[in-house]
Amino acid sequence: MRLPEALHAEWTKTRTVASTGWLLLAAIALTAAVGAAAAAAVSCPSGLVCRVDPAKVSLTGIDLGQAVVAVVAVLAISSEYSTGMIRITLAAMPRRAVVLAAKATILGLQVLAAGTIAVLGSVLAGRLLLSAHGFTPAHGYELLSLGHGEVLRAAAGSVLYLTLIALLGLGVAAAVRDSAVAIGIVLGLLYLFPIVANVVGNAQWHRHLEQFGPMSAGLAIQATTDLTSLPISPWAGLGVLAAWAAAALLAGGLVLGLRDA
Amino acid sequence: MTAGTVIPYRPGQQARPDGFAQLLRAEWTKFRTVRGWVIGTVVAILLTAGIGLFAAVGSSSSCQSTSGGPARSGQGCFTAPPVGPGGEPVSDTFYLVRQPLSGNGSITVRVTALTGLIPSGNGPVLGTRPGLVPWAKAGIIIKESTQPGSAYAAMMVSADHGVRMQDNFTADTAGQPGAVTASDPRWLRLTRSGDTITGYDSADGTHWTQVGTVALAGLPPTVQAGLFAASPAYQAISESLGGGESGSIAPSQDTAVFDHLSRSGTWPAAAWAGDYIGAAYGSGVGGYHQAAGRFTVTGSGDIAPAVAGQASGLDLTTTTFLVGTFAGLIAVIVIAAMFITAEYRRGLIRTTLTASPRRGRVLAAKAIVIGSVAFVAGLVAAAAAVIFGTQLARGRVYVFPVSGLTELRMVAGTAALIAMTAILALAVGTMLRRSAAAVTVVIVVIVLPYLLGVVSVLPVGAADWVLRITPAAAFAVQQATPQYSQVTALYSPSSGYYPLAPWAGFAVLCGWAAIAVALALVLLRRRDA
Repeated sequence: MRLPEALHAEWTKTRTVASTGWLLLAAIALTAAVGAAAAAAVSCPSGLVCRVDPAKVSLTGIDLGQAVVAVVAVLAISSEYSTGMIRITLAAMPRRAVVLAAKATILGLQVLAAGTIAVLGSVLAGRLLLSAHGFTPAHGYELLSLGHGEVLRAAAGSVLYLTLIALLGLGVAAAVRDSAVAIGIVLGLLYLFPIVANVVGNAQWHRHLEQFGPMSAGLAIQATTDLTSLPISPWAGLGVLAAWAAAALLAGGLVLGLRDA
Repeated sequence: MTAGTVIPYRPGQQARPDGFAQLLRAEWTKFRTVRGWVIGTVVAILLTAGIGLFAAVGSSSSCQSTSGGPARSGQGCFTAPPVGPGGEPVSDTFYLVRQPLSGNGSITVRVTALTGLIPSGNGPVLGTRPGLVPWAKAGIIIKESTQPGSAYAAMMVSADHGVRMQDNFTADTAGQPGAVTASDPRWLRLTRSGDTITGYDSADGTHWTQVGTVALAGLPPTVQAGLFAASPAYQAISESLGGGESGSIAPSQDTAVFDHLSRSGTWPAAAWAGDYIGAAYGSGVGGYHQAAGRFTVTGSGDIAPAVAGQASGLDLTTTTFLVGTFAGLIAVIVIAAMFITAEYRRGLIRTTLTASPRRGRVLAAKAIVIGSVAFVAGLVAAAAAVIFGTQLARGRVYVFPVSGLTELRMVAGTAALIAMTAILALAVGTMLRRSAAAVTVVIVVIVLPYLLGVVSVLPVGAADWVLRITPAAAFAVQQATPQYSQVTALYSPSSGYYPLAPWAGFAVLCGWAAIAVALALVLLRRRDA
């Protein structure tokens, strides 16, 4: 069985399960809603100097949306283990690397599509709400626009970020099989680095934690102001996340190839 | 016919198979015989303690010495503040015009003006402009000695908070409101009688009102008494949206004009002496001028409790050692959710409900078992993190001392937080029946709000609300040092101050857990397993 057939099989599986669609819809809605709420909560008291990164504020929803994307990714393989479907899958498609590649491709495309909608919704909400709160060109703030090179980079980078999170989730789930453990590991990897970095007083350790953490490094892509104060440059940060995702997929592939299903 | 023997019905003579104790035992057996869950609990303990110790070691920071010499690190960067009579770290730097007072006596004075200078911008090079910080203060003081941190009681006028009586750094009582001007002066009086010091204020020097009376235990026979001026650092707080807020701190000064000074009692010295108290802890400006019964006293600094979390990287609180709670919490959430979802996946739930048809009792037994396991694990991990973390961090960085009672509250509160979160995860797992969904929901409602509110993503107002209404409010049990209304500081979640009191925050989590358990109970009873 070749990759095109494997892709077709995986697409059929994911298309005929109701939960995938609902979860992706939830990811879109939550991302846009939290982004809109953050943009609405922003206010600059008169007399204070506010350094605002409008793109980053509007894309705050990614912090929550990524958790739902991780669930979709984890379920893409662990639900096969919990129902026993994996044995049929592997009987039909004995080349396990092909199975994982097909799953990664289908999942990646789905998240790419959902992520694009979520990010466009967030940027639109941010544009409307921030300008309504006085962050207008008249006050020295540029209107949020995808025509602006750095805003476009932040938006496109956030879509890629969500896709890489999905691949990370898939890899971890392939390695540990159980959905609860997999989602715990993925969310732990994402959320723990910034929390621990926040309390570590040593400036160097703090910087390293932010450079290595998949979330703090990957979200550097959202910054459009104060680029020199970032712990890691935007694209290098996304590269760190890509390395995490690749390592997880490699580990998942190895475990899938070596263990009985 | 003889009457038949009546055999009375005696319930409970035999242990019945559906007794609650048996149910607990059954659930405990289920827990301890799944190897993954036991290993997971041990991992939760190791992660919680280990990450806390990592943070303790990683808290030392290097800093530049001011004279351009080599960079120093660790405790050398930060001068440990003096300790007040209550054992808390304090700032005690101010300008004092004093004379010794032997035995009982009193001092009375009229304040006609309070003016000052504050930084004019928030750039690195500061000019000054006239103005006062809200807690600029000047007045009369009776102090045990000129040693920083020694006991005192003072009557003062302040810039924005009217007349105050303050003693021993933490106590603060309001007197007459309003600012002092030449046309609206304030009269202040302090009297000593043994260990008791009483403060009075007056608008005209004839009608006096008692503001407060305090007992300063162990006050020596001869104390220092006189006029003082202090002005805390000026704080320009700039909010960076999408990046938290930061404060820039610069010194300020104030000048008070006193006249109508009168005294009673024994004042053995012939003349007044002016001193900058606490010069070792922070240099400041100060001086006085005496002419024709009028004293003009200028000072800077503050007489107040020291506030933690204001000098980033130079001081830390016990809360830092508990940062591993988040890792342990995630592990416990996974285990607690699986404690019920695994039964649905394997079909064991049908056996469980057949053996014990009263479903509420099954849920209660599960909650007690998983809650107890999580509590014990949390207690062990938090105690280890606090005890060993404090030892590791000492010598590297200044650790704000907290009382044993506060430490106990933080450790027990962390354990209770983990236990209650486990019950929440169990309830959500019962509702959703799917482990991935349940684990995600619980992590998102408790860890993500903390991340958004504390790790500087949301603006301060929004962060406060997030930490009031979400289950993450419970992290307030980990707040180490109190907020003082008489000190202006950045009391934000990101510097370790929560909007709710410790146990009130925990109650918010309990409320969410209660709602989840109630919903789980309804669904468990209504739905087929």
